Amino acid sequence: MNYLFAAYAATWIIHVFYLTTLVRRYSRLRKEIEDLQRK
Amino acid sequence: MKRAFPILGVVTAALLSYALYEALVVAPTEATMGDVQRIFYYHVPSAWTAFLLFLINFVASVVYLIRRNTKADIVALVTAEVGVVFCTVVLITGPIWARPVWGIWWTWDLRLTLTLVLWLIYVSYLVLRRFSSSGQTPLLAAVLAVFGALDVPLVYFSIWYFRTQHPSPVIGGGGSLDPRMGRVLLINWAAFLCFAFMVCWSRYRLEHLHREVEEMQALESMLEAKSGSAS
Repeated sequence: MNYLFAAYAATWIIHVFYLTTLVRRYSRLRKEIEDLQRK
Repeated sequence: MKRAFPILGVVTAALLSYALYEALVVAPTEATMGDVQRIFYYHVPSAWTAFLLFLINFVASVVYLIRRNTKADIVALVTAEVGVVFCTVVLITGPIWARPVWGIWWTWDLRLTLTLVLWLIYVSYLVLRRFSSSGQTPLLAAVLAVFGALDVPLVYFSIWYFRTQHPSPVIGGGGSLDPRMGRVLLINWAAFLCFAFMVCWSRYRLEHLHREVEEMQALESMLEAKSGSAS
């Protein structure tokens, strides 16, 4: 049962980690757009 | 299209929850392996999704090589990135499943080794795209993707034509999968496909925006250089 839990948890940890990197990249891009608009 | 995104998000979340319920509660317990066999409902759909994404990456790369189409280039990048995420899931859940069943985490079996090679090829593809600033990068990446895609059928058919530690195919390869398990497997694959589509869509929009910002920044620095030389 522990292995089953580990496999399912690992799957979602990997996906959530990737989604977090996308959100970070998006916020960085938003900042760059704001900087460009200010200029 | 923007309105469809949250609707698809809700549908995907519902489908993933339903698929999880089916995998953990509804699917029958396998007689030999017991509950640990339920890893199958995440491991196999993740592998199929990764293969499909690498196939789309191959098609988009060929389109880019023929037409030099920017959209095809973005699709190739996005599908390689999301494909690597799903392939990582396969490479992590596989050993977790292998340990209680085979007694080992890893073996240099043909299927496992080719899957690792596949992952390394697409990681190299992403490293090339991330760190090369040459104008030829999309072209080089497309060529690498075409060669990399050759490994996908090798991985898929390795268990059909060679005797390996990895189990034989459960669908279409003479395997005898319980129809109830087959149904749960397909539900989970449908859920993962919806999820992969949503992630690819978000990543595509992000990449499109990123390229627009880069163009604006290049234009701005050109204007600054011009005004600097004029004064």
